[in-house]
Formats: sequence, C-alpha cells, structure tokens
Amino acid sequence: MANYSTNEFKSGLKILLDGDPCVILENEFVKPGKGQAFNRVRIRNLKTGRVNEKTFKSNESVESADVMDTDMQYLYYDGEFWHFMVPGTFEQHAADAKVVGEAKDWLKEQDFCQVTLWNGQPLLVSPPNFVELTIVETDPGVRGDTATGGQKPAKLETGAVVRVPLFIEQGEVIRIDTRTGAYVSRVK
Amino acid sequence: MPTFPGSSKDSDWRPSASIETLRLRARLLERTRAFFSARGVLEVETAQLSAAAATDLHLESLVAQRPGGAPLGWLHTSPEFPMKRLLASGSGDIWQLARVFRGGECGQRHNPEFTLLEWYRVGWDAAALMDEVEAFVRSLAGEGRMPGEGLRLSYGEAFMRHAGFDPFTAGPGEILRSLAVHGVAVAGDLGEDRDACLDLALATIVEPALDPARPTFIYDFPASHAALARIRPGEPPVAERFELFLGGMEIANGFHELTDAAEQAARFAADLAARRARGLAEPPMDRRLLAAIAHGLPACAGVALGFDRLVMILAGASHIDEVLAFPWGHC
Repeated sequence: MANYSTNEFKSGLKILLDGDPCVILENEFVKPGKGQAFNRVRIRNLKTGRVNEKTFKSNESVESADVMDTDMQYLYYDGEFWHFMVPGTFEQHAADAKVVGEAKDWLKEQDFCQVTLWNGQPLLVSPPNFVELTIVETDPGVRGDTATGGQKPAKLETGAVVRVPLFIEQGEVIRIDTRTGAYVSRVK
Repeated sequence: MPTFPGSSKDSDWRPSASIETLRLRARLLERTRAFFSARGVLEVETAQLSAAAATDLHLESLVAQRPGGAPLGWLHTSPEFPMKRLLASGSGDIWQLARVFRGGECGQRHNPEFTLLEWYRVGWDAAALMDEVEAFVRSLAGEGRMPGEGLRLSYGEAFMRHAGFDPFTAGPGEILRSLAVHGVAVAGDLGEDRDACLDLALATIVEPALDPARPTFIYDFPASHAALARIRPGEPPVAERFELFLGGMEIANGFHELTDAAEQAARFAADLAARRARGLAEPPMDRRLLAAIAHGLPACAGVALGFDRLVMILAGASHIDEVLAFPWGHC
C-alpha cells in the first residue's frame, strides 16, 4: 500500500486513519516560531460520513486509502443486496443496506449513480443530485391550484414518500433534489 | 532538465499581491531603513549560500546544486551565523533584511522563500530588545492600523492562563488532554515527544487566545526550547528567548545570545544526533561560527522578524500570498 507524506496533503486526498478510509477536506500548515511543524486537516470519514479535525506532525507518513469513485448502473434489489454494474466491463458489485443507506430512496433500475469502492468493495452509494421518478400514489390533484403553496405526500416508484404541490397527479414524473429530498419540478 | 512545481502554468503570470499592497510594502521598507539609520545601527549584507547550515531539528535547509553536478552549498535559513561572525569582528550593532529559504514550509503564513529582518544589539539583554522590537513595530504601524498596548507574559504564565497547565512540569498526557479539550486531536505517536506537544499547544491554544490587536511578547522559554539562546540557571532554568505575537501570528523570535563556544558546539552536536535519529539530513555545523564565538562574541541580544507577516498585519491580509509579488507556485 502506498504512503503519503504530510507534504503531499491536499483536499481530495484519500487516506487511511485508524483503519477507516477518509478524505481530506482542508489542510493547514501550522508551525510555531522555531518548533515542530504540523498539518491540521479536516477529514471526512467515508464510512461514517463524520467530519473531524486531526493534527499530524509534518513529515509523518500516512497510509493511502485505495478509494475510487466509479459510475455504475443500478440493476436490481434482491431483498438483501442492491446490485450495480460498471458499464463497459460489465463488472458487478453487490452492496448491503448499510452501504446503500438513504440512496435507496432514489435508486431506479437502469439509472446511473456513483459507487465508491474501497479495496474493490462498495463503501458508499451516491445518487445523482437530481433524479426523475414516477408518482405511484397520491391524492387526486387540485386543478388550477398552482399559487397557494399547499403540499401533500406522494409515494414514488422507489417507495420513498416526498411532499409535492397539490396540483400534481398520480402517474406524473417529477424531478427531485436528492440532497434535500425536495420536489423541484414536474417532468413533461 | 527536471521540472518544478512552480513552472507548470503560464496563465498565472500576474502578481498575487495588489500593486497597492506592493506600494505599502515599499513604504515599510523605507521606514525600516529610517528606523535603524536613526538609531545608528549598521545595515549589512551576508551570503545566502554557505558551506555550513543550521542544524536546528525543525528547519530544513535547501541545497543549491550545479545542474547534473555537485552541490555548491546550503541556502541559509537565516543570516544569524555570518552576522555573529561580524559581531565577533567588532562590527557593533548591525541589522539586515535577508531573503531566506526554508524547505517544506508552505501555507497561509509560510512561503519557502521569505524576507527576514534580523538585528543584533551589543550589550543588550532580552528585555531591552523587546522594548526596541515593540518600538519598531509601532514605527511601521504609522502606515496602517496602530496596534494596541503591549503585553508581556512569561511562557509559564501564558500556558497557565490560556491552556491551564504548567509547561515546565506537565507530562505529555496532561498536555494531550488539554489539546483534546481545545478540540485538537492528534494522530500518531506525538505523545512521546513532549517538546512537540508544547509546540502544538503554543500554536493551537495559546496563540489563538492572545489579543490580536496587542503586541504580545512571550519570554523565558523552557531550556529544551533554547535554540541559540543562553540559559539562565534557576528553578526551573529558562532560555532567555522571546517571541512576539501580533495579529494572531508569531512574527518575531529573539535571544539573549549564547556566547559560549563549547556550549554552542555541544548544542550543534546534539541537534545533529537528533537529526540522525530521525533520519533527517545532517548538514555540516558552522565551524567558522564556532571559531568566531571562541574568539569572542560580545554579549548581545538578537532578533529575527518575519517581514512578510508584519506587512500582512498592516495590510490586513489573511494569506502571505497577498503581500508577495510572486509566491512559490507562481514563480
């Protein structure tokens, strides 16, 4: 496994810390007048998503984490695992509920998403920022009501429930921001 | 020819400092010359390239080399050694603005090549030199924001007040706990290096707690942090060394200078042994400096001030690149 020196620290670098893969968000060089130099970094633990600050002695070396973001097509869910495929190579990966997490609300068969692999195993599944999904269940639309700003729940083909404006009908396709889970627009 | 990180792009040819900041910088240089000239201190220039180098464990001296050939020498990390040779030769009070080089130092407040203002006062002690450093900073501040009232804290008081432990007696565990309380989590085996723990606490707990508007001197460092300062015997013994903090940064470091050649040689040797233990380069110690001290370095106090950082404070800049025409990576 390769090592990085603190001299090579920069945002985006993936390192192994206490056995977990992490990504460096910010790196600051700190040196008191004549003493030891340090690198203070903000890092995100890619397993837990938690952001922490950590201080390294400069010139210390840190193990790199073999982490790769790969675009994959979501194939199907077998009741236990979500299956993904790398287009081109047809290489397949299975991810469990812990890895897929909240992304499951936005995964539609045949759609693309980003799968982060660590040592070749899925670590994280990130849906695109915006997805288009069909409404399978909601109260009948209120015609002409585009101004009052009222909302109602709507169930999507993935099983997720989102808030939509009152005029939206069952069977319509809507655009959703997966980062907030908010309705964006109707898709004609 | 090898390629260098600084030579990769041509789209960033413009200076990173504004022309207005460069004008301020020029006025500050004029004021600096006027300050020392009025006080009868002699301006000197010494070589940047030397056959010997600093042995300090935490300084990385760069090497100048003929292309494909043998090294020519070391680029200085400060002009201290040749200036002390001048003092030993009877120069009297001297000052210098030097471009110095330190490998591996790059960041918001660091550029590997920077400007150090260094001066020596014969017969003075640390307290007298602190007075003059403060007077110097005030004389330049006329070009910008005037700093508040000066403050002096011993190293021990500063830690007791802001970090809650006694830096002369606390063990590494207690220092690490204080760091953790202040949100500083350390990786690796830092706990085995007490001096490094103190350095980190100074930089991350004490320094941010000081009033950025007040020139604050921290003095009387632990003997293990003496560098080239003399050690005053006592309980505990302390290094007659000070640092000046302003604008949330350390901007100067001064010593009541060590004038004992045998002690100086022993410190160089200890530095080199520590460098060897860590697998660091072992530059040759400066034997001409040792000869000069043995001949007779007059009792004196000296200080090195980071000129770029002082410009940062007076220009209200938050990154050193804002006060350099062409920082590393753009030259």
